[in-house]
Parts: sequence; structure tokens; C-alpha cells
Amino acid sequence: MPVINDMIPEFDLFQPADVDGALELLAKHDDAWVLAGGLDTFDWFKDRAKRPDVVVDLGAIDQLRGIREQGDGYEIGALTPLSDIENHEAIKAKFPMLAQAAQAVATPQVRNQGTLGGNIVQDTRCWYYRGGWPCYRAGGNICYADTPTSMNREHCIFGASRCVAVSPSDSAPALVALDAMMVVRSRSGEREVPAADFFIGPSTDITRMTVLNGRELLVAIRIPSTFAGAHQYFEKVRDRNAWDFPLVNVAAAFKRNGATIEDARVAVGAVAPYPMRLEAVEAQLRGKNADEATGKSAGELAIKGAKPLRHNGYKLPLMRNLVMRAVRDAQSAQA
Amino acid sequence: MAIFGKDYTPPDLHAKITGRAKYAEDFRADGMLFAKVLASPMPHARVRNIDASEALAMEGVEAILTADDLPDLGPLSERALTMEPLYEGEPILAVAATSELLAAEAIEKIKIDYEPLPFALDPLESLKPSGSNARVDGNTIVNERTEEGRRTVVKELRWSQDVFDEAGDHLPMGEHQDEWSYGDLEAGFAEADYVIEETLAHQSVTHHPMEPRTCMATVQNGKVILHASTQSVARTHGPAAAWSGIDGKDLVVIGEYCGGGFGSKIVGTVNMPIAALLAKKTNRPVMHRITRYEETYIGRARPGFQTWIKVGFRKDGSITALDMYIIQDNGPYGRQGDLSMGPTTASLAYQPQAMRFRGVSVLTNTPPRSAQRAPGGAQIIAMIEPMMDRAAAELGLDRLEIRRTNAPQGKAKVGPQRAEISSAFVHEMIDQAKEKLNWDELKTRSGQRNGSKVTGIGLGFSPFIGGVSGFDGLLVIKDDGKVHVHTGVGNLGTHSFSDTARVAADVLGLEWEDINVIWGNTGKHLPWTTVQAGSMTTHATTRAIHAAASDAKAKLQELAAAELGGSASSYDVSGGRVHPRGNRRGGMSLASAAQKAVARGGKFSGEELPENIHRMTTASATALAGQGLLGVAKDEYDNGGPLWSFVLGCAEIEIDVETGVLEMTNYTAITDCGTVMNPRSLAAQLHGGGIQGFGLARYQKWIYDPSWGIPFAHRFYTARPPTILDVPREMAWGAVGEPDPYTPVGAKGIGEPPIGAGQAALVSAIQDALGGKVIRKMPVMVENILNALEDRPQDTETLTAHS
Repeated sequence: MPVINDMIPEFDLFQPADVDGALELLAKHDDAWVLAGGLDTFDWFKDRAKRPDVVVDLGAIDQLRGIREQGDGYEIGALTPLSDIENHEAIKAKFPMLAQAAQAVATPQVRNQGTLGGNIVQDTRCWYYRGGWPCYRAGGNICYADTPTSMNREHCIFGASRCVAVSPSDSAPALVALDAMMVVRSRSGEREVPAADFFIGPSTDITRMTVLNGRELLVAIRIPSTFAGAHQYFEKVRDRNAWDFPLVNVAAAFKRNGATIEDARVAVGAVAPYPMRLEAVEAQLRGKNADEATGKSAGELAIKGAKPLRHNGYKLPLMRNLVMRAVRDAQSAQA
Repeated sequence: MAIFGKDYTPPDLHAKITGRAKYAEDFRADGMLFAKVLASPMPHARVRNIDASEALAMEGVEAILTADDLPDLGPLSERALTMEPLYEGEPILAVAATSELLAAEAIEKIKIDYEPLPFALDPLESLKPSGSNARVDGNTIVNERTEEGRRTVVKELRWSQDVFDEAGDHLPMGEHQDEWSYGDLEAGFAEADYVIEETLAHQSVTHHPMEPRTCMATVQNGKVILHASTQSVARTHGPAAAWSGIDGKDLVVIGEYCGGGFGSKIVGTVNMPIAALLAKKTNRPVMHRITRYEETYIGRARPGFQTWIKVGFRKDGSITALDMYIIQDNGPYGRQGDLSMGPTTASLAYQPQAMRFRGVSVLTNTPPRSAQRAPGGAQIIAMIEPMMDRAAAELGLDRLEIRRTNAPQGKAKVGPQRAEISSAFVHEMIDQAKEKLNWDELKTRSGQRNGSKVTGIGLGFSPFIGGVSGFDGLLVIKDDGKVHVHTGVGNLGTHSFSDTARVAADVLGLEWEDINVIWGNTGKHLPWTTVQAGSMTTHATTRAIHAAASDAKAKLQELAAAELGGSASSYDVSGGRVHPRGNRRGGMSLASAAQKAVARGGKFSGEELPENIHRMTTASATALAGQGLLGVAKDEYDNGGPLWSFVLGCAEIEIDVETGVLEMTNYTAITDCGTVMNPRSLAAQLHGGGIQGFGLARYQKWIYDPSWGIPFAHRFYTARPPTILDVPREMAWGAVGEPDPYTPVGAKGIGEPPIGAGQAALVSAIQDALGGKVIRKMPVMVENILNALEDRPQDTETLTAHS
């Protein structure tokens, strides 16, 4: 654990001008740290819990910024500030829940600096782990957050596997619910990974939260037209109205025919180590009327199998009710 | 009064909004070193050995400071550095180096051999038979009266397991160490038509001033010049000298601006010696910047309370008896006054016919405590006010009326001594609130549903101390015709350092532009002044400056009579002249009066000084002697007993019953603070204090891992002070404005009570929205509301501290 905080150690800073340059640096330096908006990074550095020798700052790579129409959907550069997404007219019109999710992040200042890519790939906020405790995720052999006396109000109710930390992202559930594709580049080329597969739990790899390995970059997010203009819902519950991570958030999209739900996507954040897509709920919703009763049974199904820890039992009714509200809202919006 | 009581532009405003104002961290000097501290990684330990050889061998590492370099001020006195850290984060040593980064690298290279010691985080756990002591010599801290006088001692106190077993859900109440009472408690409860009792908990809370306790020190000609972040200035000099072991005559304290303190920097900060002594040691300027992370452990905190309260009411709502037991989370050092101020505040707020208080102050290995805005008062008010609402509901009474029934009014009595307070205009305050709130309409909104949202209305009646007296005023009328008011108070953002000087303009019949306020530097000849804390400044300093200005006026009249003939009383002072009454153009200008005062000498120019002023004032006045006509006097005006101010807050909220999410829609605060000194600043106090109270009510707390004794809420985003987006859009205020009859200006302090009003109003509003469901623990987080709505057990136990 660090003996001194709030003092960033020295490192070699590289500021490549293009993606290829960045990838070359990542290939060359094993422990290179990728820096975007810095909001996840600098906490780690200030606490001296992560101290890479090499930092690759993507800030100079203009090709990573911007929101573009692409085919029948949109492509958003990974370095696009969250505030650009929140204020983008076409995104607001076609994918309102993504704009709302971006707007729910932290504070206006953070959203001007923070990027969509950074919000997606950010590390978990488990305070034991962030505090530099030598836990499983940090390479140790204990989870400090899951003992009989641990403080784990913010931790997971699903998907625990040695680690009980959650994905803290607001944009991630929205992207999962929109069937977004993550564009990943490495020196060997580009691949597209569905958002639902991009995020991984500790049972897959306890040391990282996405499929990205150290030599890959998330360069863009592609949002297909699948749910463009369809009814969408995003809600985040947090302690304060600004500068707080979600206690639980929900993102949902619905294709409807009259009152009937033809197809739905429902994803919930901050309940599992990854944004959790609720496929069973989606299946149950197909062919049902969007109303409070349907919402209620969707909420009940959503929390089936949840395993609360000592201090986070409230996440069950909260998740249940947020899923219910998402479904019920699809009804009210029809009127 | 022509000047006092009106909005104006304080003399520090341009510097603040343009960024020219320099706080401690903004100072730089050639060759300046940076200091960093090594903080204890464990909650309680003994340092067996320090090996700093590798660090000291680094190029650019100039000095190390340890507890051995500091004066020993007794076992209970906290020092800047320690060999027995009593909480995680307590500084053990400091290093000065040519850069801050280098200082940090050096700290990492220091090897410390710790002997871990048992620790206690939770007062109740410490009182159990198997509990640990926070200090090696005991787990409680007691004020004892002995033949030699009062002393504070550490004692070991354990309660039997039976006490805990029998308590069930209620507060275990074993042997107490503090007690007072008045009236016949038993008879009071026997007489009651309705009795309510509750076990409740209030968290410990860090102060979180925006400016951390940074210090910068330089050494000039053998004197240490200390730029500090401090609430007071005149009263910081002595403690800074004592904590550092520097002779007072060799120390100058400069603190012209302070980014808030809330009671955490009353006489400066205990870390001041680090910069001062490293500067002395190296003979170079030293900057000791405190980061936000560090501020959350070496900053101060409000003590938490674990409490049992029982109240008896007659049918008409009047309180027959009030009984309370408080376990105070004292932190590791000096005994905290919250434990006695809480019940004292309750005794005034509710005027019970009989009352008893019992309590114990338990030492814990958590950050040091100090007074925080309405210490004790805010905690106890926020606990009792929701009980008042439940009693009103039970007895079918209006919530505003039940408060009027019990309100202190006029010469109300306070505390076990039943002392008569100076004044209270609480009935007038409640009348104003009733009208301003449109109460009869507002209260009908309680419990109204709008979709998934339910409305709650809450009241918070909060008294707190509003002044002291007996300090000195000092001013000089110079030959530029201006009045230079020297004031020893600090400038912690409330404007009171200059508001109080406006009295001089009124007494001397001048415009505000004719007044120059000199503050913030003990090298500038400051008078003996109250500490800038406990809302004492307004009352104490308006009186002291009034006394000095009146002294100057009398001297001007006497001088005019001597120079121009006639009697002193035939002269008046106004418009920049001392002139014959009825002839404002006659007589002489203040500029020439100043010259004549210097020529005459004696008392006029400060060569002769009053006997009754403090030695600090005497020294300052002596230094100013001969510069003009001196007004210097001790405040010996009448005193009407303990001085208290009052705020009634009203919060309107909406709670979403499906998520537990709370939105505040409206907050109004009405005050009795005597004469209003500065309306705009008063509004800022009422609303700012209210907002701080919202944070206490809703989300600010510590989280400790109980097995390791390590806290997590080190940053703003985890400690959660309120943000502007959590503040209701609609906020209003009002003031009764009746002067306190015993003070020439009539103004009372108003820094303290707004916080309890905001906190209590919000907690009461939550209870109201929940249809009277009781949440027994503060802060009331989203999950507490949701669990209550869902009839689920809470996820943390009421009586578990820091959870």
C-alpha cells in the first residue's frame, strides 16, 4: 500500500500523433499506461497505487474524436468528450438514453474532460482496490470487500467471482442496450466486439474489466440503427445529483407495435463487475404489453439469483424497481 | 445607523474574485523548500525506530523533522508529529526537499519499525467487556474537578455484558461519567400525557473547508514569518508559538484570507510547526501544502453521537421532561465540548420543565475532533426535531405551534444552572416564518402524492451561542483624515472582519470609504480579540470597535474643546469634522485633529493607555502611539447573560417511493440574530449553513473497515459534501431584526445555528414524506429511505459507527 498519497510519481510521457504511433508504443513498452481524459488515471497515479514508467497520452490523436454518421448508424470516436455526446442533436434524437447516460456522469467539468472511451474502459471504484490494498484484482490472494466485516455498500449482487467490485460506468449499460460494437485496434488490425462481450467479469480475468489487452486500443464505438428512434429509458440512482458513481443504473430500449413490446434490450450497471444485460427479462418482455404489471414481473425476474453482500441488500429493490420503471415508462410514452 | 446593517462591497472582494487574494499556498520565495509528511498506515501503533538514512542521502533532501523537535505540551496535547500515532494518517515525520516530488520520494525511502497496538473505532465496541482502548492508558476522557481545579484525564471504562444484552435494540447505558439535571424528572414524566423515546445515531463528519491547512514559513532576521490558514489571527499567534516552541516575539502570523474553517482552524492548525520549524532548521522558506486527501485525516471532524432520548409532553404539547444519554465519539485527543453543548442547546430549545443528561466521551482511533459549526447543537437538534413532529402528530397539534409552545422567549433559561439568556425573539421568528412560508397552505402538501413521488415538509428549530464580550478595540485617526481600524479577527469568508468595523463609521459619523480595515497580520499591531469561532466575532467585535470608536469620539470632543474653547459636550463628530453642535462646517477636520492629537500626546496619541486593556492591545497601541488620535478601549458594555441566536428552517422535499431518491424543492430559514449586520452576508450564512446541514442529513460520513481501522472517504467524491445541484432551486430567508437589548449595536453572531436548522428540517421532512417512519441513523442515505419504504431491515446497524 502507498505510504504517501496525492503526489504523482514521475513517468515518461509519449504523445503520439496517430493511432499507429500509439500502438507502436504499446507494443514496445510492456507496462505502458494509456491516458485519455485522465479521470480514472490520475486518481491511480496520485495514490501511487499504479506507477507505470511509460504513459501514452492519446490526447493529440484527432482521429479518435468526433461523432460521425456511418452507414445506418453512428460511429463515436473513443476520445470524444462526454459533453459532446450529451449535447449532440442526432444522438439526443435517435439514441436519447446514450445522451442521458453521458449527462449522468459526474459533473459538467468532468464530462468536458472525460471521454466516452475512458468512461467505458474505466477501472472499478472498489475502495479497497483503489486504495492499493493487495487484493485478488491487484494480484493478491484475498478480497477485502467480501469478508464478514467488509464495507461493501457499493459492491455487486451478481457476478462475483473472488472479486465483488462493480462496473461503475454510466455509458456502458446504455451501449450494451443499444447493441453497440466496440472497435478495437491492434497492430495486427481492427476487430469489432459487441458491447455485451467487451466487458468481462472476474471469472474470465480478474485483473481487467474489458477484453482489451495491453497492446490494444478502443478506438471507436459504433451504434447500429437497430434501436434508432425507438423508445429508450435511462435512469441512474446515486447519492448526490453530481459527482457520484451509480448505486444502480438501468438502460433499456424497446421496439413496440402499438402497446406490444416486440423486442427489448435491458441492461443494468453497478450490480455486477460488468454492465449486466438481462436477456431473460428481454425474452419475457417480448409480446407483452408495456405496463406496470409487466414491469413488475420484469423487475422480479431481473433480481432472481442476486446474492447481496452484508451492506448492499438495498440494491435488490432498487434494481427491481428501476427495471420496472423502464418497462412502465414504455407504456406512458405511448400515450 | 447609516452604515451598519446595509449591503456593501467588503474590502477583500476584488482580490477574491480576481484571484489576487493570496492564501497560504499562494506564497512563494526564493530558495523555497517543500515539506511532505509520512503518515501512519495503521490506526494505533508505537514507532520503535525511524531509519531515514537513505532519504537524507538523496540530493536535494534538506531536513527531517520528528516529534523530538517539538515541545512536549503534555500527554493529552496533540502535536504536529508523533511517535505514537493514534489514528490512520497521523503524521510521524516531515521531510523538506527542493521539490515536492522529491520530498515524496524521500518519504517512500524511510523505513519505520511499527509496533501495532490495539485500536478502537466505535465507542460502543470500546465499552464492551472485550473492547480495546484507543489510548494505552484508557478509552474515555473525563473532566474532573479536584482541589487544584479542573483537569482532564483518561480513564478506562468497561460495561458488563449484561448492559449490552439487556439493551436489545436500544442504546446500552452503563456507568456514565457526565451528568447534570434540574427539576423533578420523574414527576415530569408522570405528568406527561405522551412519552416518546428513541435510540438514535449521528455520524462523525470531517469539516472539509475548501482551503486545506497549508502553511508556508520564511525566516527573516531571526523571526519566523508564518503564512497560515487560520480562522483567527490575533488568537493564532499564541498557539502557533506554543506548538512550535518559538518565542512569541520571534513569530509573525499572517492570514489575510482563509478558505473556510467551520471550526477546524479556530486558533490555527496543529500542523503549523512543520513549516515553521523546518524553515528555522534549514534557514530557508518552506511550503507545507496539505492535499485534499491529507486534509481528511489531519483536518478536524465533528464527534459522532450514539444517543438515547426520552421526551414527555402534556396534551397541549408543552414538554414536561427531557432525558438523554449520549455516547460521544471523542476521537483520540482533547475532550470535545459537543457532549455538553448538545444537551445545553436542547435545554434552551425545548425549555423542558425537568431535564437530565448523562453521558460518556469515548476515545477512538479516528481523526481528531474539534468544534464544527454548532458543535453538539446540530447533532442533538437533528435528533430531537423529528421527535417533536411525531409528538405533534400524536397529540393532534400543529408542528409550528408545538414549537412555539416550548420556545425560549425573552429571558429564557439555559443549562443546568438555569442561567437567563440575553434575549430571544423566537415568537416573532415563528410568526414571521408562518407568514413567509404560507404555513397553513404549505402543511397541507405534506404526504401528497404525485406519481411515484411523495412530498415531505420538515421544520428545524436551532439555537446556538451567538457571542461573547470583553475584548479590546483599537483604531487610529491619522492625518489623512481616515480611520484605520485594527482588528485581530480572521477573514474566513464571512465578511465579519470588515462588517464589524462599519460600526466605527456610524459612531464617528463617517462614510465607509473613510474607514480602512487593517487585519490579517500580527505584525500590524492588532488588539486582543475574540477567537473567530463559535459565532462570537459579530457580537464581541462590534462591541469592542464601538468602544474604541466611542473612545476616539470622546477624545475628539475633548481635543476640540481644548483647542477651540467651550465644553467637550458642545462638540459633535460627523462629516469628517469635529464641530460645534449645529454647525457642521465649524470646528476642525479629523485630519487636523489627528495632527493636534499627536502634538498634544498623552492619551490622545496613545502615549497613555487605559489600564484595563489586554497586554496584546497595550503592545499594539504602544507601537501605534504618535501616529494620530488613538481610539482604544475595552468592551465594558452591559451584558445580558449568555447570548444565543436562533434559526427556524423549513424544508420541502419530494421522495420517489420506488427508488428512495430525494429532491429538495424549497428551503426557507428565518432567524433571530439581533440587529442585521450585513443582509447579503446573513443570507449566505443562513443558506450556506443550511446546505452544510443538508450534507450532514443526507450523505456525508466516514466509512471505516472495522477489521483494519482504515477509512475510505478521503476524497470529495467519497466524502460527499453537497454539490450545487443538490441545493433546492427555491431558497428564501428572513430576519426578525430586533436588537439584543444589552449590546450597543444589538447584533448577535449567526454562523452556528443555520446548520442544525437545515439538517433537522431535512431529516424531519424525510420522516414526514415516509409517513412518520423513523430512520434512526444519520446520514439518511438513499438506501435507508428505500429500505424503510420497502419495510426491509437497514443494511447497517443503527449503533455501528462509521458504517
